[in-house]
Amino acid sequence: MSDLAIGTGGMAGVGGRATPAVRVVEAYNMDVVRKFTIAAMFWAVVAFLLGVVLALQLAFPIFNLGFEYTAFGRLRPVHTSAAIFAFGGSALFATSFYVVQRTCHARLFGGEALASFIFWGYQFFIVMAALSYVMGFSQSLEYAEPEWHLDIFLTIVWVAYAVVFIGTLVKRQEPHIYVANWFYLAYILTVAVLHIVNNLALPTSFFEAKSYSVFSGVQGAMIQWWYGHNAVGFFLTAAFLGMMYYFIPKQAGRPVYSYRLSVVHFWSLIFMYIWAGPHHLHYTSLPDWAQTLGMVFSIILWMPSWGGMINGLMTLSGAWDKLRTDPALRFTVTAVGFYGMSTFEGPMMSIKEVNGLAHYTDWVIGHVHSGALGWVAFVSFGAIYYLVPILWNRAGLYSVKLVAWHYWIATLGIVLYITSMWVASIMQGLMWRAYDKFGFLQYSFAESVNAMHPYYVIRMLGGVLFLAGALVMVFNLIMTARSATTLVRPARAGSTEAGAAIAVAGE
Amino acid sequence: MFISHDKIEKSAFLLTVLTVITISIGGIVEVVPLFTIETTVEKVEGVRPYSPLEQAGRDVYVREGCYTCHSQQIRALKDEVERYGHYSLAAESMYDRPFQWGSKRNGPDLARVGGKYSNDWHYAHFSHPQAMVPESLMPRYAFLATREVDVAKVARAIRANRALGAPYSDAQVANVAADMAAQADPQVDAETLQARYPKAVQASGDGRRVTEMDALVAYIQVLGTMVDFTNPAIEKLRQ
Repeated sequence: MSDLAIGTGGMAGVGGRATPAVRVVEAYNMDVVRKFTIAAMFWAVVAFLLGVVLALQLAFPIFNLGFEYTAFGRLRPVHTSAAIFAFGGSALFATSFYVVQRTCHARLFGGEALASFIFWGYQFFIVMAALSYVMGFSQSLEYAEPEWHLDIFLTIVWVAYAVVFIGTLVKRQEPHIYVANWFYLAYILTVAVLHIVNNLALPTSFFEAKSYSVFSGVQGAMIQWWYGHNAVGFFLTAAFLGMMYYFIPKQAGRPVYSYRLSVVHFWSLIFMYIWAGPHHLHYTSLPDWAQTLGMVFSIILWMPSWGGMINGLMTLSGAWDKLRTDPALRFTVTAVGFYGMSTFEGPMMSIKEVNGLAHYTDWVIGHVHSGALGWVAFVSFGAIYYLVPILWNRAGLYSVKLVAWHYWIATLGIVLYITSMWVASIMQGLMWRAYDKFGFLQYSFAESVNAMHPYYVIRMLGGVLFLAGALVMVFNLIMTARSATTLVRPARAGSTEAGAAIAVAGE
Repeated sequence: MFISHDKIEKSAFLLTVLTVITISIGGIVEVVPLFTIETTVEKVEGVRPYSPLEQAGRDVYVREGCYTCHSQQIRALKDEVERYGHYSLAAESMYDRPFQWGSKRNGPDLARVGGKYSNDWHYAHFSHPQAMVPESLMPRYAFLATREVDVAKVARAIRANRALGAPYSDAQVANVAADMAAQADPQVDAETLQARYPKAVQASGDGRRVTEMDALVAYIQVLGTMVDFTNPAIEKLRQ
């Protein structure tokens, strides 16, 4: 089904020199999808750039520059928020709004104004959050740093998001709710619960951006990592699985491999993820029963996670040859591979004995980035490469060759990043627990810091490569939207995805 | 089972409700008992709410994102106990809002850093960490020495923490300004201060004004010192 209502004439007049006088009325609200797509790419570059800056600071602390605003402690939340919430979040808004409309055969519930509010509200939140960290306002709760004014504002935006999404599901024309939407729905609902509970705090004054958490000490720690791990579990996993469940079938031109597997792994994944938080608190003052429970569920979680990976990869059965010709699909499929690797590494690291070595070291950082760069960013890149020609009504991407370049540059960047962190962290963990022949600790902490230096430089180079790849992508996408070479010939309108027409049930 | 899933995936309402139930169970089972099981937080002597200057220093610690590089949680592992001291007790962070256990050590653990270095070392270190530890990756925090602590803000912090359950007495709430001034200036007799806040360490301020650097040093110097681990009764702790 085409996005364009036939008969209104002309082309979608976005960004092209050949903007026609008559604007096309689209069957779906694609305007908000386009806005979030642009935002996702903008924030991707910001997040990767900040990552490089932080990596530089860890390799050469002089790059903290001596200003309070540029110190590592203030910039690090800007990087994590930009990567997770700004880039990842915008990509999820864009794709969830696209997918829910297409698979429900319904325009977004709530009209243009509500969708616009969500876009501008969310962008406002991101900018204010980033500014507030730099200016010295932070709750110092990892991934939940914004102070209470912003938390309340985000809650309002998020409730609006839930209303639009669920409202669209309710007014759908299809009898079945497509599997991708189950995952998006679970993510929207869970993030709302997590955000509200973890940010419960008492402000010192109505006019002061300072509050104290309702939870203290050990309970605070448990609730924070219940939040923190499920920010990973639902924001960065379940939601991006939703992305996978739409875009892999579309790109491969094949329906999802197993409906039964998707049912089983959806319910088991969302049930088990919630339990995994305590593995961030092994050997701490958290009671042992909670640690053990967290470890057990983290290990079991391996199975539903791989259920998703298997379903994604097997969907390519009979279409593997497309990897040769479609580098965008290569991104999506490699992403699923990284997802499989990270969701094996995660359960392994949650085993107490392994965690004893890995925790507090760069292993965790490497693990997070194999997920964030390899899975989250790659699956988003694949989806965005697929979406942009459709959203801007173009015949195809400006340059498939540049996509291939992006793919290899970014992959090399990830490999440098992860391997340097593995080597650095295991060395670091072993140095911390090394004893000399007299039974004394062999290394001072400072010596372990010193030993990290070459790996921090390699990690930074990996980050530079990943950033360079993203810049290539931005150039390619801008040219796709603007270049005369990608203009749709009238006869081809709507044929962009002809081959994938049957891939997603009901669409 | 798969026939009934047909019903679920045909109803946005059912799908929403069942999802909310499914994602709630784990959190409830893991979180609620931490508030109800009495042994979760051990009963030990000595843990007290932060003094006004320490609280001001803690606010600086939180604001600057020190948790991004420093943990405040010594795990029950042999090497950690030998490197940093007795493993952390839940009771020791019972008044920490929010907790600052951290997740990454670009620098060492700080749970028991109190008393390990002199005040002078800390002032010099915050101003220029590499001058004290050449390998250090830490940014410079010299600007803290130029920033004055706002007493009214600290008073609001103490009141908010009291409202949340920190056992501040009326005398402690009434004497925020005096206690803060006394703790920042080493020339002042600290007897009243230490009666109200045992083991409070005086910072090395100039006596004319209270800076954020003074506050941070006072906070750092009390970390991990409240519980007396030389007391043999402590070994019988049961969590």
